[in-house]
Amino acid sequence: MLTVLFDGIAYGMVLFILACGLAVTLGLMNLVNLAHGAFAMAGGYAAAIMVNRWGVPFLAALPLAFLFAALLGLVLERLLYAHVYARPHLDQVLFSIGLVFMAVALVDYTQGSQQQFIQLPAFLRLRFQIAGVSVGAYRLLIIAVCAAVALSLQLILSYTRFGSRLRAAVDDPRVARGLGINVSLIFAVTFAVGSGLAGLGGALGAEILGLDPTFPLKFMIYFLIVVTVGGTASIGGAFLASLVLGIADVAGKYYIPAFGAFAIYAVMIGVLIWRPQGLFGRVATR
Amino acid sequence: MSDAAATAARAAAQLDRLSRWHPAEYVFWALAAASLLVFPSRYLLISDIALTGLFALSLDLVLGYAGILTLGHGAFFGLGAYVAGIAATHGLRDPLLGMALACAAAALLGAATSLLVLRGSDLTRLMVTLGVAAVLLEVANRLPALTGGADGLQGMDVGPVLGLLPFDLAGRTAAVYSLATLFAVFLIVRRIVHSPFGWSLRAVRANPLRAASIGIAVDARLSVAYTIGAAIAGIAGALLAQTTQFVSLDGLAFHRSADVLLVLVIGGVGWLYGGLIGAVLFKLMQDQLATITPQYWEFWIGLVLVALVLIGRERLAAWPRALWRRVAGRQPA
Repeated sequence: MLTVLFDGIAYGMVLFILACGLAVTLGLMNLVNLAHGAFAMAGGYAAAIMVNRWGVPFLAALPLAFLFAALLGLVLERLLYAHVYARPHLDQVLFSIGLVFMAVALVDYTQGSQQQFIQLPAFLRLRFQIAGVSVGAYRLLIIAVCAAVALSLQLILSYTRFGSRLRAAVDDPRVARGLGINVSLIFAVTFAVGSGLAGLGGALGAEILGLDPTFPLKFMIYFLIVVTVGGTASIGGAFLASLVLGIADVAGKYYIPAFGAFAIYAVMIGVLIWRPQGLFGRVATR
Repeated sequence: MSDAAATAARAAAQLDRLSRWHPAEYVFWALAAASLLVFPSRYLLISDIALTGLFALSLDLVLGYAGILTLGHGAFFGLGAYVAGIAATHGLRDPLLGMALACAAAALLGAATSLLVLRGSDLTRLMVTLGVAAVLLEVANRLPALTGGADGLQGMDVGPVLGLLPFDLAGRTAAVYSLATLFAVFLIVRRIVHSPFGWSLRAVRANPLRAASIGIAVDARLSVAYTIGAAIAGIAGALLAQTTQFVSLDGLAFHRSADVLLVLVIGGVGWLYGGLIGAVLFKLMQDQLATITPQYWEFWIGLVLVALVLIGRERLAAWPRALWRRVAGRQPA
């Protein structure tokens, strides 16, 4: 029972890392980016190649996966996404679905369609008994990393100059520009960091989520649920939504395997009927 | 008083003019019918184009006219296909009856989910429609006794259309049946679009607040439009099941919903022929590309989507018109 809870928390934490970038770009910048999972996949594959083929230690591969995905995000943002910020949602949907399809086909073409596994170092495969609960070192690492990321994100957003500039740029880009804030630079950096975090999540979560070329399609709905259920008022909303989702999904698959996959949809529909603007929302999008 | 009456009369006359058949429309349908005679070896492709066009037409009603952003329209298509398929495996051989059942089932699902879709913003709609499609896919996957699961539904036995036209291997009946269904449904949709109901939908899309303030029941209109769109998608799904005699989970897969969006966008959102023209272009393109790279065909779909958006849909739509004007202008009068 506690083990299920623990696994659920780890799963939810990974979902948070994956989706928090989207919470900012989609929730705050109002850009419908369905291709967010493609960056996560990029990070996951980068880590898999580095660890399995080049022998890079797993812990060193994580920040590299982050950098790779962030760089990819930065390039794509400058080249492509910058042109679609002001477009209607339909255009953004079409555009990002197009990117997803290209990413899926490209990875399938270069890496093959089979599932990828990242070889974990021995110390991450250990299991401990803590207060009668069997705890895997790998999941413990996930929880530690994700908690650290969540905390620092929250601190950056609320206490640093960059955070306040980002909030200003999101609230009213025109006025922010008038005050001398370089809005497009801020958006680019935010997008890159969000993509990088997705990449980190993809590398970190490859083991529990499964990594194959259809990754962006499979988890698109999860990301959207995190963002819509969590609302966009704070990082905390997305964080709690990820935890609820992760625990519901793991518990659902564990206790009622026949209907396990429906658990998250039940949660989603319930929340939407109860609070259409998300659990912790001000307004989901403007 | 007479001023108001004159304005009303002028408005009525304009609406009347807009709803009249344009000569080009006769040409379009004549060409569609002629395709049956000209390309007897491509019956299956013609049938495929017709049912894709019908599917895109239903999406146009939801997206183009009512302005509901959806990523799960494939759910209704797949449901229609499964209902028609299951009916045919259980001894209900008449294709029209199977189609009616499929249409009713899809309409029911559409009406039920429209309550969810109406809530919230574009983003919530995306998620809910995506979620409904995912749930349906999961249900079909978990009920192998009924749907055949991952193997697909086999052993369909579809009787002759109207008791007269048996389905043949060359797909001649399939093509005639699909085209005829497309035309019949098109007439209905055309009527809907040009009715006061259709105009109220456009008003809601343009500005929901203002539409509500002149007395349009926004939510009710949207959910009716969504339900009609779902019902038509169900018909398109039934056509797929009956003409190919096979239904698989592929009918419910996400790429169905994405493909039909692309089809509609190629042809142009918000006018009746957008889906139909898009279906012709899309299927011909797919036919050509799939012979070159069958496995990575999705890459090219993606590329087309990205290019479409970056170039701009309005600009692309403006090119043929500008070209037409130049050609028409240069002709000696």
